[in-house]
Amino acid sequence: MTISQTTAPPERCVPEDIQAVAVRHPGRWIAVAVITVLAAMFIHLLTTSSVLHWDVIGQIFTYKTVIAGLGRTLGLMVLAMLIGLVGGNLLAVMRLSKNPVLSGSAWLYIWVFRGTPVLVQLFFWNFLGALVPTVGLGVPFGPTFVTWNYNDLVGLFTAATLALGLNEAAYMAEIVRAGITSVDGGQTEAAHSLGLTQGQTLRRIVLPQAMRVIVPPAGNETISMLKTTSLVSAIALEDLTRAGQDIASRTLHQIPALVAISLWYLLLTSVLSLGQYYIERYYARGADRALPDTPWQNVRKNLIGFKRATTAGGAV
Amino acid sequence: MSGATTAPSGVEPMVRAEQVHKRYGAVEVLKGIDLEVRTGQVFCLVGPSGSGKSTFLRCINHLETIDAGRLYVDGELVGYKKKGGKLHELRDREVAERRRDIGMVFQRFNLFPHRTALENVAEAPARVKRLPRTQALEQAMELLNRVGLGDKAGNYPSQLSGGQQQRVAIARALAMKPKLMLFDEPTSALDPELVGDVLDVMRRLAEDGMTMVVVTHEMGFAREVGDALVFMDGGVVVESGHPREVLTDPQHERTRAFLAKVL
Repeated sequence: MTISQTTAPPERCVPEDIQAVAVRHPGRWIAVAVITVLAAMFIHLLTTSSVLHWDVIGQIFTYKTVIAGLGRTLGLMVLAMLIGLVGGNLLAVMRLSKNPVLSGSAWLYIWVFRGTPVLVQLFFWNFLGALVPTVGLGVPFGPTFVTWNYNDLVGLFTAATLALGLNEAAYMAEIVRAGITSVDGGQTEAAHSLGLTQGQTLRRIVLPQAMRVIVPPAGNETISMLKTTSLVSAIALEDLTRAGQDIASRTLHQIPALVAISLWYLLLTSVLSLGQYYIERYYARGADRALPDTPWQNVRKNLIGFKRATTAGGAV
Repeated sequence: MSGATTAPSGVEPMVRAEQVHKRYGAVEVLKGIDLEVRTGQVFCLVGPSGSGKSTFLRCINHLETIDAGRLYVDGELVGYKKKGGKLHELRDREVAERRRDIGMVFQRFNLFPHRTALENVAEAPARVKRLPRTQALEQAMELLNRVGLGDKAGNYPSQLSGGQQQRVAIARALAMKPKLMLFDEPTSALDPELVGDVLDVMRRLAEDGMTMVVVTHEMGFAREVGDALVFMDGGVVVESGHPREVLTDPQHERTRAFLAKVL
């Protein structure tokens, strides 16, 4: 294969392309050597280890208690993040409110829920029945119309959801507050001067712009939440981690069980990261002159670029 | 004071300020402003920075509250209502309602960066006046054509030049069909060659009879288009009159010193 010279003769004298000796990068070659050896050792361990039974890992990966635990883990994450998002937005707006009672109580909430370990809060919600045996609906300090037993009303799953969600709200509140304060004050002034009310300004103008600042740490929180749900095994809720541990203690396949559930967590966080990427891209509208490429567009571009590079290389 | 800023008796001026005072803590930025802007006038506010002209402009649509005196727009008190001989602060909703009739153009444009030019213009009519979406977009398109940016409707602000952004901002303010337009140094953040386009749009607006209060350093614009001019310094009105008179034959020493620097 040859490349024919079809370029028109230059009208003015165009200088020759620079042909310089490239800088050598011996460090790169050393890094390649070290990493190759380490990778080979790791693969050797994976393939020859007597504890790692890949067929067992496969079985545990799709075992019915693991799948059921996975469902609970996912459910917990989604519900807790929903509570966290709604509560966090509410707390952030309260914290920025001019009303000292609202901002003060939001501050107090964040102080308490951020200041105690989430595992302790998890135990609290689980054992709250001891402090508050019944929950009733009625006039405070007056007559009560309906009462429930706390332990009937708040089961294990609800306690776990509340604990994780209410804790998350405290963190999300600070993230949302940072987002809101990052939006230029001129935006609020412009919206007000057009006759938009404070609520409309917040919903239509400020929050959509704040999202650019909110989404990356909120994505962090979501991924972190997925893994934090594994704490609920401490209150005997059968989540993904607990399901893996149960199998391990019954079959003594400790390592395969850990690998199997780790693979599930990895798979889920990968999906979440991808989702975060697209949400970020959506809120980047107008912030950059052109939208960034999607991962697929990137892959395609790289493949085409690689192909071009190889064919061009072949011609030389 | 010259007669250019006093309204003929019986006709309510668009803006009337009586001894308007504004303080930031211990610093008094407005020390008793008296002036009247008549309907249809192009009213220019000039003066050195820190003279209080932008603050006064922001008081007109209640972006700043005043500490003493009275400020009326179209006969209504700004920010308050009188009930039983007492002044009551307006609620958020009531303030928003009054602002609908006053358009404002900012020095730094303040376009909504997450909305296209068309959406920027259509936002307030759709949200505040509750126009149907198609009608709001149609009207927005007309306005963009009016400021010569019909072909930029789908662009985000970051894809427009400063001059184009400011013209979109003017269209956005006009979309609420205001009876009064406030301009806060609309050309100060622009490259010199882009100033002309914005001033052209403002000139046409003036020809259409819009009442405008303009804080500006563009003395040429003030001289050609302005009907009245006030020179402010240190929070007081130093001199006022017809722009041509004040700019060519200033009576006051401070005015003369300022004009010598900017002209």
